[in-house]
Amino acid sequence: MSQASVLYDVPGPRAIARNRILGVVTVAAVIAVLGWIVWRMAETGQFSASKWEAFAYQTIWAQILQGLQNTLGAFVVAAIGALALGFVLAIARLSDHRAVRIPAAIVTEVLRAVPVLIFMMLLYYALPVLGPRLPPYWAVVIALIAYNGSVLAEVIRAGVESLPRGQKEAGYAIGLRKSGVMRLILMPQAIRSMLPVIIAQLVVTLKDTALGFIITFEELLFIAKRLGSAATLDRPIIQSTIVIGAIYIAICLLLSWVATIAQRRVSASPRAAGGKRPGNAGGATDTQLLLTQRGVDANTGNAVGGGGTLGLTGRAPDADDTADGRAP
Amino acid sequence: MLDALFGHLDLWGQALWGTVVLFFGGGAIALVLGVIVGGMRVSPVPIARAVGTVYVNLVRNTPLTLIFFLFAFGVPVLVEGDVDFLGLAVWALGLYTATYVAETMRAGINTVPVGQAEAARAIGLPFGQVMSLVILPQAMRAVIPPMMSVFIALLKNTTVAAGFSVLNLGSIRAYMSERGENAMDVLLWVAIIFVALVMLLTLLQSQLERRWKVAR
Repeated sequence: MSQASVLYDVPGPRAIARNRILGVVTVAAVIAVLGWIVWRMAETGQFSASKWEAFAYQTIWAQILQGLQNTLGAFVVAAIGALALGFVLAIARLSDHRAVRIPAAIVTEVLRAVPVLIFMMLLYYALPVLGPRLPPYWAVVIALIAYNGSVLAEVIRAGVESLPRGQKEAGYAIGLRKSGVMRLILMPQAIRSMLPVIIAQLVVTLKDTALGFIITFEELLFIAKRLGSAATLDRPIIQSTIVIGAIYIAICLLLSWVATIAQRRVSASPRAAGGKRPGNAGGATDTQLLLTQRGVDANTGNAVGGGGTLGLTGRAPDADDTADGRAP
Repeated sequence: MLDALFGHLDLWGQALWGTVVLFFGGGAIALVLGVIVGGMRVSPVPIARAVGTVYVNLVRNTPLTLIFFLFAFGVPVLVEGDVDFLGLAVWALGLYTATYVAETMRAGINTVPVGQAEAARAIGLPFGQVMSLVILPQAMRAVIPPMMSVFIALLKNTTVAAGFSVLNLGSIRAYMSERGENAMDVLLWVAIIFVALVMLLTLLQSQLERRWKVAR
């Protein structure tokens, strides 16, 4: 944060002294926690060479890479499937036909309410009761597609509904059909403004592949558990958790970073206001809508997005702060 | 199908109790820690801001299963003694959810008009009073609906404890199959209970939203 916050004044001598004390207290608290962990690790012999030796073998790394490949493989398939399902459910829920809209709404709400892990268990443990036995990979992928697809459907629908009504009307006025209005006018704008949220949801998908561990899918954590319980390697459970955990966090951070870049580009773009314009859902008058389209807030006359609120970080509401029940 | 539920009410009761303990225990830790971390992220102390940012970014990019893994398999090795798995699960959920609470708080603070903070500073309030008397009371109302979403997610996340020997609605299947019950029936009941609980929380959310709506 380079610019001064609006929440406090530039500190004077006394405030600087007090802030220093608070800073020291914070550092002391952090060091106390980290120090306790390092002390316990040293005390229980976690730094001994034999505990770390496992990670000097090529075959061990081959296993870890296999785990990483399984994790990423499940993620890529689940992400593509979830995006496809998301579009289908979103368009169905925006349909003019009640017979399409209501089933789509029910499916979306139910899929969103059932925990992903329960869905995975249903596919893995319960489906064999009826006949087909799914490998854990497909149980993970299908459950992730179903859950994240329904969340993405709500995100895309919110993106479409936040567009000014004039967009749709102008589309019809130039003679486009319903499909043309959706495909050429509404979707490109909705996707553009919702891209950061969509990528953030894909980070959730990546994180949730770890749930596969519980239903014996051989992803990274499964490998970590197997390595950590190997008596011949001196049971390096802490060490394997540290190594595998670092890999997991690194790939998630990488994807989150992409979301941040998308966020910055979207909010810098004049063409998509990142859902900041009041849409027609709030019952705004046409005058207000026209004014917002010209970049003026009808209520105050201020330019929209010009820091009307406490823009502490100078960006739109965080990609992860969507109001739906998205599972972290 | 009904037999799977009514034939084992004792076990369902215990499982539901496990889920409730995880939800409220984890929620309490998340709320307290989340408000502290959220406060740190907007505070005038640069080191506190940095610590808050690192914590939030690190934990939010960690799978919850990995945090549970660390608590269930790592902590017992470190403390070298008997551990209470339910307690560890509550802490795992709390530490994880706290980051979402902190981010929701921060987003709520962002919705308060700039003039409010400026006016508060103009009458000479220090940071603590700007926050507690002016900003937070207003941010609270905007925060309630997204905060409820965080807690709905927490409720669903309690099932992850199933993988780590804590009896709750997520792990009841294993106990029921020992009693010879059909996994399909049991898991469908679990799914129905979760849909009902989530609907209950969503209803509460819309009630609170209506009552606390910000008139601007």
